[in-house]
Amino acid sequence: MSRLLPISAFALFALCLAMLAGIAIGETRISAEVVWQVLANQLWQAGHALDPIDAGIVWNYRLPRTLVAAACGAGLATCGVILQALLRNPLAEPYLLGLSAGASTGAVAVGLFGLGGAVLSLSAGAFIGALAAFALVLVLSRASGSRHDNSQVILAGIAGSQLFNALTAFLITKSATAEQARGILFWLLGNLSGVRWPAVWLALPVALLGLAVCLWHRRALDAFTFGADSAASLGVPVRRTQWLLISCTALVTAVMVSIVGAIGFVGLVIPHALRLLLGPGHSRLLPASALGGALFLIVADILSRTLIAGQVIPVGVVTALIGAPVFALILVSRRGRP
Amino acid sequence: MTVMTALAHAPLACEGLSLRLGDREVLQDIDLSVMPGETLGVVGPNGSGKSTLLKLLAGLRTPSSGSVRLLGEALERMPRRRVAQSLALVEQQADTLDAISVYDAVALGRTPWLSALAPFGADDRAIVEQALADADAGHLRRRLWGELSGGERQRVHIARALAQRPQVLLLDEPTNHLDIQHQLSLLRQVQALPVTTLVALHDLNQALTCDRLAVLDQGRLVALGKPEVVLTPERLLGTFGVQAHYLVDPYDGARVLRLCVRS
Repeated sequence: MSRLLPISAFALFALCLAMLAGIAIGETRISAEVVWQVLANQLWQAGHALDPIDAGIVWNYRLPRTLVAAACGAGLATCGVILQALLRNPLAEPYLLGLSAGASTGAVAVGLFGLGGAVLSLSAGAFIGALAAFALVLVLSRASGSRHDNSQVILAGIAGSQLFNALTAFLITKSATAEQARGILFWLLGNLSGVRWPAVWLALPVALLGLAVCLWHRRALDAFTFGADSAASLGVPVRRTQWLLISCTALVTAVMVSIVGAIGFVGLVIPHALRLLLGPGHSRLLPASALGGALFLIVADILSRTLIAGQVIPVGVVTALIGAPVFALILVSRRGRP
Repeated sequence: MTVMTALAHAPLACEGLSLRLGDREVLQDIDLSVMPGETLGVVGPNGSGKSTLLKLLAGLRTPSSGSVRLLGEALERMPRRRVAQSLALVEQQADTLDAISVYDAVALGRTPWLSALAPFGADDRAIVEQALADADAGHLRRRLWGELSGGERQRVHIARALAQRPQVLLLDEPTNHLDIQHQLSLLRQVQALPVTTLVALHDLNQALTCDRLAVLDQGRLVALGKPEVVLTPERLLGTFGVQAHYLVDPYDGARVLRLCVRS
């Protein structure tokens, strides 16, 4: 308990530092001092004299982008923790329930066919697609599963994902031009470029609310350590808890996917890495994973903008490119320890 | 005391309990009541329904028909948390891949007593310590789950159940993975606890130490009563398919069951 405060303070400090870097670094370099002055001007009218272009880049482009990266990273990592705990499967991750596949189908349907008229944006299409896929997976797993059997949820998720992936591929091959297909592929791999303030007001509250709901259930999540029956005999209403938390992760993931596309790896690897470092207790694992996911995605976004000059690599590619070796390193360094 | 008031005072009782899976009757019409403080053993061959009975009594499965009463209340109407404050179940094989420490695994037993905002307090720590001591697992507290032997894991599960501070304890073949010393000491320790215990057992000589025995055969309760009354050579032949003789140990006069396969 005594170490908790300095560690939390350090983690928050690291997050602020990463956000500062996320705002300062880019095609146009902006000094930390200017970043600070822009923030001061906007937040409490400090009245610094600044280049309006710099101020615009900081306030309208890079700050919302960094905040959304942090919210998405935190949200996806939190969802990963929850699904790994509830389904007792190390391969569980936010997209297990067919959400990314459904989102891509929804986005493609809107993007290629203008489904929903001009009312539906690509994001709205993705959100609806993600929830449709989740609903299908839920119905399928309920129809086939016994009361405490998790493998049915996982199998239903795989079936749902395959179905919606096939639908997406079918729509693209049938109707998309090469240019459209490239655009869709880019979007599917994760893209923070178009993010502005409205996305922040959606992503940030959703990530924080999701984290709060999960933290509220941290003891129930711990009780799943020895499986669902064991959780039930420890007084956890298993079905209600599973239903509530899985729906919560689905909603958070659907929002994140609809804003930035299907960024992989964060929701799978961050929870595992932090569980190896901190142990399985959820009162520490949940906030740590949220922070870790936020940091990770901010750094990945910086790299996606700077690795190749003048070109943005999809952030999902970067998360896998740095995430896989880092995770391998953690696994190897923990070898021999139980 | 009439039969009805005895049933009302039984910490755990079931009536007409049945479970059907497909067209297989796993349990049929079980009437059972466990008296305050007693240790009731449940014996029967493989597949006779011992584990299923324990799961139904713990409320982990819903019976096809019949009802369970826990401390005088209908189990299906009690919230899970309140059930877990009164009843703890030690399952046969609950395992995890998580690198959880023994202390933390036992501390999970406090889950039903802690609300979302309540801290894990000094009282909880004291109860966990006591549970670790009662299950002879105190020296393991810092070890990780993956490092434990089967018997050590079993003792950690029992410690976790004790940390729930239950009035009723259900144990599913608790001596399975234990070495001989712990097999002998565990049942004695459990019997010394001020809880009502229902324990499924394989070893019939261990079953002889219970206060009463229930014999299950193909999902039916075929006998209930004092061990020496229930475990007759005829019943052992009929239910378990073994020939049995009681021998008297010249050392302390204890009755010992000698079993052999029907010739």
